[in-house]
Amino acid sequence: MDALTIISLIVSSSLFAATPLIFTALGGVFSEKSGVVNIGLEGLMIIGAFTAIVFNLTFVDTFGSMTPWLALLAAMLAGGLLSLFHGVASIAFRADQVVSGVAINFLALGLSLFLVKLLYDKGQTDMIDSRFIRKDIPFLSDIPVIGDIFFSSIARPTIWAFIIAFVSWFVLYKTPFGLRLRSVGEHPMAADTMGVNVAKTRYIAVFISGLLGGLGGAVYAQSISLDFSHATITGQGFMALAAMIFGKWHPLGAMGAAIFFGFAQSLSIVGSSIPFLENVPAVYLLIAPYVLTILALAGFIGRADAPKASGMPYIKGSR
Amino acid sequence: MSKKWAVLAVPVISVLLGLLAGAVIMLVSGNNPAAGYMALWNGAFGDSFYAGETLRQMTPYIFAGLAVAFAFRTGLFNIGVEGQLLVGWLASVWVGVAFELPKVIHLPLAVLAGAAAGAVWGFIPGFLKARLRVHEVIVTIMLNYTALHVTNHFIRNVISDGSDATDVVKESASLRSPFLENLTDFSSLHNGIFLAVIAAIIMWFLLEKTTLGYELRAVGYNQHASEYAGMNVNRNIILSMVISGAFAGIGGSMQGLGTFGNMFINSGFSGIGFDGIAVALLGGNTAVGVVLAALLFGALKVGSLNMPVESGVPNELVEIVIALIIFFVASSYMITWLLSRFKKKEAK
Repeated sequence: MDALTIISLIVSSSLFAATPLIFTALGGVFSEKSGVVNIGLEGLMIIGAFTAIVFNLTFVDTFGSMTPWLALLAAMLAGGLLSLFHGVASIAFRADQVVSGVAINFLALGLSLFLVKLLYDKGQTDMIDSRFIRKDIPFLSDIPVIGDIFFSSIARPTIWAFIIAFVSWFVLYKTPFGLRLRSVGEHPMAADTMGVNVAKTRYIAVFISGLLGGLGGAVYAQSISLDFSHATITGQGFMALAAMIFGKWHPLGAMGAAIFFGFAQSLSIVGSSIPFLENVPAVYLLIAPYVLTILALAGFIGRADAPKASGMPYIKGSR
Repeated sequence: MSKKWAVLAVPVISVLLGLLAGAVIMLVSGNNPAAGYMALWNGAFGDSFYAGETLRQMTPYIFAGLAVAFAFRTGLFNIGVEGQLLVGWLASVWVGVAFELPKVIHLPLAVLAGAAAGAVWGFIPGFLKARLRVHEVIVTIMLNYTALHVTNHFIRNVISDGSDATDVVKESASLRSPFLENLTDFSSLHNGIFLAVIAAIIMWFLLEKTTLGYELRAVGYNQHASEYAGMNVNRNIILSMVISGAFAGIGGSMQGLGTFGNMFINSGFSGIGFDGIAVALLGGNTAVGVVLAALLFGALKVGSLNMPVESGVPNELVEIVIALIIFFVASSYMITWLLSRFKKKEAK
């Protein structure tokens, strides 16, 4: 293999692996920026993956090649609904948000596997036929070198991941809604005094995180795993959480971190076929995202501080 | 209602609500709830074999629950039991396979190795929390996955030559008990259950009857007050995570020296660490509560395996029930609020 082929292979598979992480990490950003810790990202991805696969298998004859895209919408809805459980527990019932997130993860896995057994009478679904495939982007992939590296063999959801990351940045930092959302996460009492509805803002933020978490799971299921079983989502949600922290709770930072984690993941898979990396044990690349996140939190790679009020329920009148 | 009753009411109501929701789900999905729960009961306590399996499942749950509860009492959330359990499992099995010693030395050594490995894995988030104020939840989650990949790497490349499992531990390091196996119709129940009960007593004694335990709890209630009272808050935070990690590590020893007798490549987590959170929460973070909650979750988990066979209900129903129980316990604010409303109405 020549250098160009290797580089374009790595870039393409990195972006492929990163796409679901980008969506889910952005979901985490919305929730945490509003002050609600969301450990349940994993569960949201699970329910998204499950919904997408079931939708895809059921309606593929009706919708043909549009099926995966419509399945994304269904999965977003499912993720949004599940996240409202987390919202009600942590906003209205003042539950410990970490505990509620853990419950969401349990619930998503139990519920989806329960339904898989009811629907299909076996532990995992069939493989889907209509899926997201990697293909060259018209025109841009014709650019010499750059086109080969960055614009060939890219799945369409990857482009959407980039677009949504920029939209998230714009919404959070350039609109009144984003300002309110962030103020609720930094100092809910001050926001409340200024007339911002703290509970409503947090519900919306948690719901958005559910939409994006479900989307991430659906993209993963329809481009990488292609079926649904107990082993479909094993830790991608937590890796997205890591990406969000490594990206310092910023949408574009989270996107960058997700791409980096995708890079580490794809290296651990394709690394054995690359001359320079074949002697590096895969374990180093596998643990890289997690170890780097710890180092980032410890302040070795720039300080990463969470929104001030994250994890704390807002109780009117308390100081 | 006295305060003592309220402490009991939340977990009991949560369990009942969880089971009720499970019954509704069974009804909606066209199953008979009575038959489903009957199968669950038979699968958990139906005969001595199933009872033995329940007690065996309860053993690591007690340790995981104690680990989470211990950290909780010092105001720390140890969500990393899963990883601490894995490194403890690996260390115990390693010692169990590698050494040739008399049983009185070998078995305690293997268990202590598990405790030490778990303690080291717990030390990292404790240290980062104490020194750099890094939130322990994220660090422990990240360490879970690090532990998963690192232990898999060790099993495949260090302890064995590319194999998917280690050798079985030597008889001198095994927790298996022919007596208990005979008693329970050859279930996989092992001596670990006794260790688990002893561990619960140790935790109770340590927290309630020693100066160290008093300090740990004080730090959990109010860090600033403890600091002004002259306690070393940082030291207590690190110590709490280390002890918590040690409990979790011994939970791993139970798997390695008792249940399985070896360790194998794990593609994902066993779930015992996460279930430990549920056990600790339901048990109100007390030693007695943890033992009772561990019994409940052990019974639910083992009994659920009988549900598809006897009643046609998928065993995942129990996962949903457990999730809802956690959910209700976490939302205890709602339950206590409803209870107080109820009481007011009665008073009128």
